[in-house]
Amino acid sequence: MSAHQALGGRIFTKPFLVLLLIFVVGLVFMVERFSSGMGAVSNLNGGFAWGIWVVFDVVVGTAFACGGYALAFMVYVFNKGQYHPLVRPAVLASLLGYALGGFGAFFDMGRFWQFYEIFIPGNWNFNSVMLEVGLCVAVYIIILALEFAPAVLEKFGMHGLLKSLNKVLFFLIALGVLLPTMHQSSLGSLLIAMGHKVHPLWQVDHMQPVLALISALIMGFSIVIFEASTSAVGFSRKSEASLLAKMRQVIIGLLSTFLIVRLLVLLVQGKLGLIFAADFASLMILLETALFAIPLVILLSPERSSRGSQLLIAAMCMLMAGSLYRFDAFLLTFNPGPGYSYFPSAAEIMITLGVVAFEIMAYLILVKTLPVLHREERAL
Amino acid sequence: MEIELDYSSIEKRLGVTRRTFLKFCTGVAASLGLSSQSAIAMANAIADPKKRPPVIWLHGQECTGPTESLLRSEQPSMEHLILDLISLDYHQTLDAGAGHSVEHIKKQSMLENKGKYLLVIEGAIPIKDKGIYCKIAGETMLDLTLEAAEHAAAIVAFGSCASWGGVQSASPNPTGATGAPQVLKDKTVVTIPGCPPNPANFIGTVLYFVTYGKLPPIDAEGRPKWAYGRLVHENCYRRPHFDAGRFATEFGDDGHKKGYCLYKLGCKGPETYNNCPSLEYNNVGGNVWPIGVGHPCFGCSEKGVGFEKAMFNELSDVKTHTPPNMFPAIEVRESSSGISTGAAALTGVAIGAAVGATAMGARKLDQQEKDQS
Repeated sequence: MSAHQALGGRIFTKPFLVLLLIFVVGLVFMVERFSSGMGAVSNLNGGFAWGIWVVFDVVVGTAFACGGYALAFMVYVFNKGQYHPLVRPAVLASLLGYALGGFGAFFDMGRFWQFYEIFIPGNWNFNSVMLEVGLCVAVYIIILALEFAPAVLEKFGMHGLLKSLNKVLFFLIALGVLLPTMHQSSLGSLLIAMGHKVHPLWQVDHMQPVLALISALIMGFSIVIFEASTSAVGFSRKSEASLLAKMRQVIIGLLSTFLIVRLLVLLVQGKLGLIFAADFASLMILLETALFAIPLVILLSPERSSRGSQLLIAAMCMLMAGSLYRFDAFLLTFNPGPGYSYFPSAAEIMITLGVVAFEIMAYLILVKTLPVLHREERAL
Repeated sequence: MEIELDYSSIEKRLGVTRRTFLKFCTGVAASLGLSSQSAIAMANAIADPKKRPPVIWLHGQECTGPTESLLRSEQPSMEHLILDLISLDYHQTLDAGAGHSVEHIKKQSMLENKGKYLLVIEGAIPIKDKGIYCKIAGETMLDLTLEAAEHAAAIVAFGSCASWGGVQSASPNPTGATGAPQVLKDKTVVTIPGCPPNPANFIGTVLYFVTYGKLPPIDAEGRPKWAYGRLVHENCYRRPHFDAGRFATEFGDDGHKKGYCLYKLGCKGPETYNNCPSLEYNNVGGNVWPIGVGHPCFGCSEKGVGFEKAMFNELSDVKTHTPPNMFPAIEVRESSSGISTGAAALTGVAIGAAVGATAMGARKLDQQEKDQS
């Protein structure tokens, strides 16, 4: 008997119908984007070639999807088997997050029909950060699909195939740890490549990959907590706060490393003064740092971190902190030169929301029909 | 172990500083796509006088363009390098001597260096009527080529004429002019086509030969892949205009003034393999090469294109993507319309929903925990 079970229950619940409505509105604009072009739906321009489709769907979205990465690290690298119940839902969320991140990038590609070229080795430019990100993400989506495949195989009773997959799964999991390490840090390297357009507070020379990687791991752990909390609330399952609370040591380590590296690098590069320049960028970095610091305060207290509600608030803060770090660097304080400005259009936002709604709908359907969530102990 | 060579002899011999010399070697290695270690290997090969290969240089039907372009190259003392890098035993344009004496030196050198000398052929070889249309010292170019090729270590055809016939072979081709590879069918001939060819492509190939004792990888036409591996079109700085459908249609029209793609003026870049866009000409920088100065490429280095197709009135046969008939409109936008009410509302709702849901969730979790305890 599998340790996982399908949740069952009705699929067309009220929240699902709301999500469906958002998705349908988004879909209308998606069709318009491909029929009439990017200019028809988005506010992208010559200076801001990357809007929310890239910054939210890809840069933030794949960091949100790092739950599978973070847990794979914990369970398989540090051999913390007790977290195993959290792995499958996290891998599913990662798969959906990455797949839709890739899908989101498609909207932003001016000549999306030439995308296949990335799979032709003869065309590779090994100096390109984008190539690393693009290829690595494409391969990781396949790896995630294979990591999640046991759930599908169990559902349809294909035990022979499941057995042979389990034999090579250790290799796939190793790749599943390696690949995100590569491309999540490369997402930071993109900032290096953008040079002086990135605000000095975020253009911390050559430390961007480290910061991107640590914050992606922080967001990965946060999303695990977030998912476990929301399924506890939404599906009225037993709270997994006790299990989640044990992760706090790791998260505390990551959060303090991030903050120390962040401040130390600003200090060494003589940019600390910019924090107090009382402009938009200084406000943003203060907000960002506060969002990283609040969860640290919560997690440092064992009493607080044993409560599910505090954990959820900490997780939400970390998700917002990581997102804001990315948004600040790529969009909010990004300066492509005089004369350029950008704020996403309503249609552009609806496409992104539609993608997110689709992601949540797919997650809901799959946990209800496939053995994803861990069998609850009291049910045994 | 290889002994570290002292480049001071080079400084004297070539009249260049060590720094300039090493910069040159690194540049050549880089344009060949080799590592920086190869640059040192090349430098050592040049510094080692024992490695200088004897060179026999033949001229056929041509304008001496390749030699002229080589001599006028402005790279630091390139003519020094080429003349000191190799032992130029016979070259009809550059030989100080004349008449029987130089012919004698040539025969002697070929005999002494049997199987070791580098043969460079410049100019087309007429084969009609047993090659009587081009004679040097009473012998036909055809015979001279066959004789010199017999015991050559390597053969390089320099320029379009030697590579495939060039302008001489243009219709009606009264002398039956052909390139060296067609005459020397059973030998490997490296071709460096171009009219004139870029001297850097020749220097790079020769340096590779001197350093490694073999010729660089070549394609089916005998062209070194490092120089002729890509279409002019692929690396052309006007390519974005091609892809966007912005063409100059007449010399001096609005599109031409704005630097649009020259495809509709008959540019043969899309079917010509050469590295002009990245190397340019004359080493002066500033985009000096035909397309860079507003003239369509006429495919001088490509057999069947240069001297064959009409320069302006014939469109090239695009080897990559053909341009579509319809192009999407491209508007130049600086800033968007600003924050619309709808967009601001949506952003607020999305962030608000996330924060609100978290608050609700936290309350519910507290409730659950209370119920359980």
